[in-house]
This record gives sequence, structure tokens and C-alpha cells, in this order.
Amino acid sequence: MKDIVVVDYGAGNLLSVVRAVKASGAKPTVTSDPTVVTTAKALIVPGVGAAADTMWNLRTRGLDRAILEFIESDRPFLGVCMGMQALFEMSREGGTHECLGVLQGEIVRFPEEAIVPHMGWNVINQVSEHPIMAGIETGFHFYFVHSYFAKPTESDCVIAEASYAGIDFPAVVGKGNLMATQFHPEKSGPAGLRLYNNFIGLLD
Amino acid sequence: MLTRRIIPCFDVDNGRVVKGVSFINLRDAGDPVELASKYEQDGADELVFLDITASSDDRASTFDLIQRTAEQIFIPLTVGGGVRSPEDVRRMLESGADKVSLNTAAVENPDLIGQSAKGFGSQCTVVALDAKLVGENKWEIFTHGGRTKTGIDVIEWATEVTERGAGELLVTSMDSDGHKDGYDIALLRAIRDRVRVPIIASGGAGGPEHFLQALTMGRADAVLAASIFHFGEHSIKSVKEYLSTHGITIRPVN
Repeated sequence: MKDIVVVDYGAGNLLSVVRAVKASGAKPTVTSDPTVVTTAKALIVPGVGAAADTMWNLRTRGLDRAILEFIESDRPFLGVCMGMQALFEMSREGGTHECLGVLQGEIVRFPEEAIVPHMGWNVINQVSEHPIMAGIETGFHFYFVHSYFAKPTESDCVIAEASYAGIDFPAVVGKGNLMATQFHPEKSGPAGLRLYNNFIGLLD
Repeated sequence: MLTRRIIPCFDVDNGRVVKGVSFINLRDAGDPVELASKYEQDGADELVFLDITASSDDRASTFDLIQRTAEQIFIPLTVGGGVRSPEDVRRMLESGADKVSLNTAAVENPDLIGQSAKGFGSQCTVVALDAKLVGENKWEIFTHGGRTKTGIDVIEWATEVTERGAGELLVTSMDSDGHKDGYDIALLRAIRDRVRVPIIASGGAGGPEHFLQALTMGRADAVLAASIFHFGEHSIKSVKEYLSTHGITIRPVN
């Protein structure tokens, strides 16, 4: 059975991610040990909550450096929601907070007049090819909960977009074996489990 | 485009679904976990469990039920009822709830809303408002399952709870609840005009046209109902088809 390491940094939707990994036929190992992270075959960083808390939680455990080292090796990496936003250079959530800086761009809020969080099922629009999207098409629905979204400065990392409050924003981003979703695939029914299956399929 | 959500609600007592249980038993052998799976397959966008277990000593069965349900379903689950402290919120989330709904305890101790939002995120902090009409376009908050009058104005309270960090409001009209003659549209509109978080309409669904009214005239983001689904009068699929033909964007049932 394929081993997937799920990063536990004291916050986030760990349980549902673990269940989705199990339902997709892989074996999840939950850890907050940087050594386990750097030696993982595949890594998932889940997350809900605020950017500042997430980065603080990662840094105090030495997990930020471990995640960067893991990503450097181009092994399969999946970030979910806050686990995606943390990949960018900085977040404007409650001030300006430096993030991991793996992807170029920043995290900004939906306009004041929008109803936030953007909460519920929305369709995605695929804009580039990636193995994570196998069997997933434009028009499939996924479950989103977020008030901030990614504004990449390099558009080549965007695999699929979604639209809310008049803004098209990245729903799936990727670069080689690094991929991340703004939505919660573990809360998105069969389409979401398909995405986990695709991710697990990237492991040798 | 973001779709409007259709949310079946279960009343849970000692780990058992009680509302409409006899009818459900006939079809689903009384297993709430199976029922949750069935609703997921039928196209439910989320599920809400309201724990009405009287004694907190018996709450272990609720955590067990949340856990068993969350293992089977891959759509969001909101759990409310009897949540009195950040510790209760944590236990609900650790059992597998995605969102926790605060009601009486939020009125008695409004700091709980901020504690939940700060500790676990606004996205999982739902505040339930039980509203009763007390004058022209004036509603009052009731607590303890509708038994206790608080004197608190619903619109002012809705504004305050969102400022304190609530990420969603579950708005129940006590006047409409159980009557099956439609949601309180004026109540929904009055709250919508004042807050910018998603609103779930609750209380009064008797037919698909009531969902349509809540989503159009009431401008709700989601509609919640219990008996209309439990008693097999309408399926989630048929409600969604009705809404779709009337121009509402929904997530189609596979």
C-alpha cells in the first residue's frame, strides 16, 4: 500500500483528509516531525484557518523548512486550501504575512461587498493539462470555503480556475509534482476522491 | 458559478435520528449513518445534525455518531446543539464535524463566538438564530430550543455575531417551523440586508416552491429542511430539478 504523509501542524481539516486518503486506497501517516516530512514519498499539507496562524504553526515546529526541502526534491506534493495559499510569497490576510514562496504571487481578499466566505459547491474551469485532472472535467463541482484567494504573478502554474464575486481565481495550481487546490477535495464527493486517486497514482 | 445548497437536517437524540424515525426505519433500518450516505447519493450538498440529547452525560453517543457518519460521507457536516465551550467545539471537530453551530451558549456567552472563530476559524463557526416575530418587521431571539425569550433583536444580534467572527448564519423562523407553508422571507431579507456572510434559511419548507422563494425573494445562500425529505414527500433530486428549471444554479445530482 502506498504511504502518504499528512502534515499535522496543530490546525486544519486533518481527519477528513486522512479519511479521503484511506478511501482512495493509500496509507496515511500523520506527523508533525520534520524528519518524517523530508523523507516522505508523498506529502499532503491540509489546512483551514488564518494564514498568520498557519505560518506560525509551521515555523515553530520547523515544518516550513522541511516542507520546502521536500518540495525541492520534486516528489508528489498536495496542498489543500490553506495548504495551497501557504505556497505563495505572501498573504494579505490580517496584515501582510510572508509565506513559503514556492509559487510567485500573493493571497488577497474577495471584495468588501462580496458575501464571504465563498462557501459551497462551485464549478471549475480547466485551463491547462495536468495528471491530477485525469477524469475531472470543466463543469465538475467542488466544495470551497475561503475568503482569500491566490493572485499568481506567473499564470503558468494555474491548472483550473473558479469564479466568484466577479473574480476568476486559481482553483487548482501545479508545477511538476507540486499541486494544490483551493477547494476541499475531501469534502467534494466522488469528484474529490477522484482527485485524491490521481494524486496517489503519481507515486511509483 | 457558486451553486445554492440544499441541506437535509437530522435531529439526533442519544446518537439516533429521531425526526421521522418511524418512516425512516421502514426504509433504512433506522441507521443514521446509512441515511446520511443515502442523502449524499441523492445530491445533498451538506448535512446538518442537531443534537437534542437532553443530558450531557449521553453526549458520547453523539460524538460516536458524528465519527461513524464522517467516515462514510464526503460532503460537509455541520453539528449543533449543546455546544457550550471551545472544548465542545474542538470535540465536535475532532469527531469529524466540519462546522459547529452555536445557539443558546452564544447568547449567554458571546465571547464563545470569537473563541471558536479564533481557535478553529470562521469557516467552521456557524451561529444559529431562532427568531420569532414580535412586531412589524421585528423579530426576537429565543434560546433553549425556543423556550426562552431573550429580548434581543434578531437583526442586531445577526450583525454582532458576524462582527465577532461567525462565518455563516443558520436562520430559523420559529413562526414558520413545522407549518410547511414557507420560510419567513421578510426575516431572511432583513438579515441579508445587514450581513455579508452566507445565510442558511430554515423553518417552513413544505414544497419545492418554498425553497425557490427563500433563494430568490429571501436571497438565502442555502436552504435547510427536515421532514419534507425524511417523510419522502420530496426527494433532494426532485427539489433540485424544480429549482434548476426555475433558473437557480444548483449542483446537479449524478
